[in-house]
Amino acid sequence: MSRHFAVGERVRVRQASPPGHVRTPAYARGKDGLVERLCGRFANPEELAYGRLGLPARTLYRVRFAQSELWPDYRGHTSDTVDIEIYEHWLEPAIHA
Amino acid sequence: MHDGHDHPTLPERDEELNRAQITEMALRQLLHEKGVITADELRRQIETMDARTPAQGAAVVARAWTDPAFKARLLADGAAACREAGISTGPFNLVVVENTPEQHNLVVCTLCSCYPRYVLGLPPDWYKSKAYRARAVREPRAVLAEFGTVLADGVAVRVHDSTADMRYLVLPMRPNGTEGWSAPRLAELVTRDSMIGVAPARDP
Repeated sequence: MSRHFAVGERVRVRQASPPGHVRTPAYARGKDGLVERLCGRFANPEELAYGRLGLPARTLYRVRFAQSELWPDYRGHTSDTVDIEIYEHWLEPAIHA
Repeated sequence: MHDGHDHPTLPERDEELNRAQITEMALRQLLHEKGVITADELRRQIETMDARTPAQGAAVVARAWTDPAFKARLLADGAAACREAGISTGPFNLVVVENTPEQHNLVVCTLCSCYPRYVLGLPPDWYKSKAYRARAVREPRAVLAEFGTVLADGVAVRVHDSTADMRYLVLPMRPNGTEGWSAPRLAELVTRDSMIGVAPARDP
């Protein structure tokens, strides 16, 4: 089981490229963000996509990323962000703030 | 009536079907043949979906503008507040994000085209376009400017990528000059685009 994270905790999205149906966008992989909220537990959509049950349910997080973290050449304001829904099995603790 | 001689057939068909359309037709026919769903059940579901319009979302927004306690409940649990307002939400959760003088919210689904259909109806074609889906997270301020929305300095842009089980509704700012307006009158100012976040609500 992957560990659980608290609101405000710094997390890193796993850098992985599994085949098939994934719900974590490529532009967020390997990036650090802060847990914005816990959304609840849901059947894993990456399993449901293949007609499986998706159980046990996984915790879904909303993670807030600074635009400058996602796109090093971002030209908007430094306070701009993207919030992305990411399942627990895609998250790991950020190594250092 | 046919008079017996040959004449050239008129090409009378819609655009060429693409792969996804052919797959959908094949799947639909199989579901009918195997008795999983009937054609009438499918038709009724489409009818129900088509009956959903941005008016549902506008009513919710206008109520939030006029009823602070409802607004607090809407921000805490969007789907529960919608049900309280008489809107059936199905299994979907709704995150309501509030525009303020300090932050402007914009909704996109980069992976497909997730959309809060029970409050906004069917999404506009541009929402499903690859250009919008790619650019809304990459250069949101440029996208907003193309919709005529230029933000003041000091306003942060909060993009929400609807990647999984939540759906999103933007609570736009109440326009100035609407003091004392009733909720039904305010709802007329709340456009679909203002609830996706590409534009503000209409001015009175």
